Amino acid sequence: MNRLFGPIWTAPIVLGLLTIVGLISALVGDGVWDALSAVTLGIVTAVGAWYGLRRPKKRHGARG
Amino acid sequence: MTPLNIRRWSWIHKWSSLVCTVFMLLLCITGLPLIYHHEIVHALGNEVEAPEMPADTPRANVDKVIATALAAYPGKVMMYLSQDKEEPHVWALTVGDSPTSNDYKPLLADARTAQMLPEPPLEGGAFMSLMFHLHVDLYAGIYGKLFLGFMGLLLLVALVSGVVLYAPFTRKLAFGTVRHERSRRVRWLDLHNVLGIVTLVWALVVGATGMINTWADLLLKVWQNTELAEMTKPYAGLPPVTRLASMQAAIATAKQAAPGMEVGFVAFPGTAFATPHHYGMFMYGDSPLTSRLPKPILVDAQTGAVTSSAHLPWYLTALLVSQPLHFGDYGGQALKLVWALLDLATIVVLITGLYLWIKRGKAQAAKPAEQRATEAA
Repeated sequence: MNRLFGPIWTAPIVLGLLTIVGLISALVGDGVWDALSAVTLGIVTAVGAWYGLRRPKKRHGARG
Repeated sequence: MTPLNIRRWSWIHKWSSLVCTVFMLLLCITGLPLIYHHEIVHALGNEVEAPEMPADTPRANVDKVIATALAAYPGKVMMYLSQDKEEPHVWALTVGDSPTSNDYKPLLADARTAQMLPEPPLEGGAFMSLMFHLHVDLYAGIYGKLFLGFMGLLLLVALVSGVVLYAPFTRKLAFGTVRHERSRRVRWLDLHNVLGIVTLVWALVVGATGMINTWADLLLKVWQNTELAEMTKPYAGLPPVTRLASMQAAIATAKQAAPGMEVGFVAFPGTAFATPHHYGMFMYGDSPLTSRLPKPILVDAQTGAVTSSAHLPWYLTALLVSQPLHFGDYGGQALKLVWALLDLATIVVLITGLYLWIKRGKAQAAKPAEQRATEAA
């Protein structure tokens, strides 16, 4: 472990924990548990969509 | 990480991924419609529903339902009887030439009138049936299942080795960086890394539970040959049951033995989930977990008395908990949508990964992985 651990792994660990909470909560109960699941997994999905679909601001001559 | 270790893990990641990628693409693509199985079957008009009747219409005697079905299909015997919590007005019956027949017939009956409903198309119709088999067994039965299970194991190896390589390949980049200004290869490497790490835990869970699901047939065999066989021992050598005890009475008895639970599934004597002398009755609760973890009760098919009420062995519990975690069908429409979107993201990870291998180029291939990691980051 070195000083790069934090910058590299903080986001993946948070996303992983959100995924685990989301997958388990819907299994535990209905109603509020399903909602918690939708929110946590929704965040994970939104993060993926944001970084996956984001395009850089148009610059002249920029590659598509 | 030392250069040698990077090279080793790269080798593991490359080969575990390459071998399973084509099958994983197939599983991701066929899995997509399977997430919406219910909706698609409904939209295709392949769903059979019981007619509307006043809510207080009394339910018919189950024995009458069974008698109607067997009268409509002379020569057949009952194999299974089940009822979906969501559709309490319908009994699903499975009849066959013998209790172990592979040529079984699924039937539906109205629980109130004891009349047969139209026969539902097998496996939800031709399209869903195709998706199902391509996803589950490649039309090769248990061998197809176990093969896909092995591909699932390779996926898990690919995911773990991918995580190991994540740090050396991204250490100089802020999280989520996709370098659009660079070549397509670099861009797709970044996309592969970011979508791979975002979907990681979900892919691990769906991959692992999918692999466990491929062992379902084997685990059931283990149960039949151990615990179920143990319960049957006292009945060995007895003549087969000739007159089956009333199902209506057996259901009432089973409900007494499992208060607060409903009968979800009944296996008739001689079938895979019962003994030659018992009804195997599977009782379901109404919480998300107990509605998936049935309590098995053996009811003597001659006398109608409860013989034993067992707990599921741990491996069947693991199997039954694995199913929702693989299907994503346990948290309403929101969870289904998450499943579909993460499935699409996984397809992108697979395609970008394949692209990175195809476009590795001679010059790139000649360079050891640790050098590529240094250049990439």
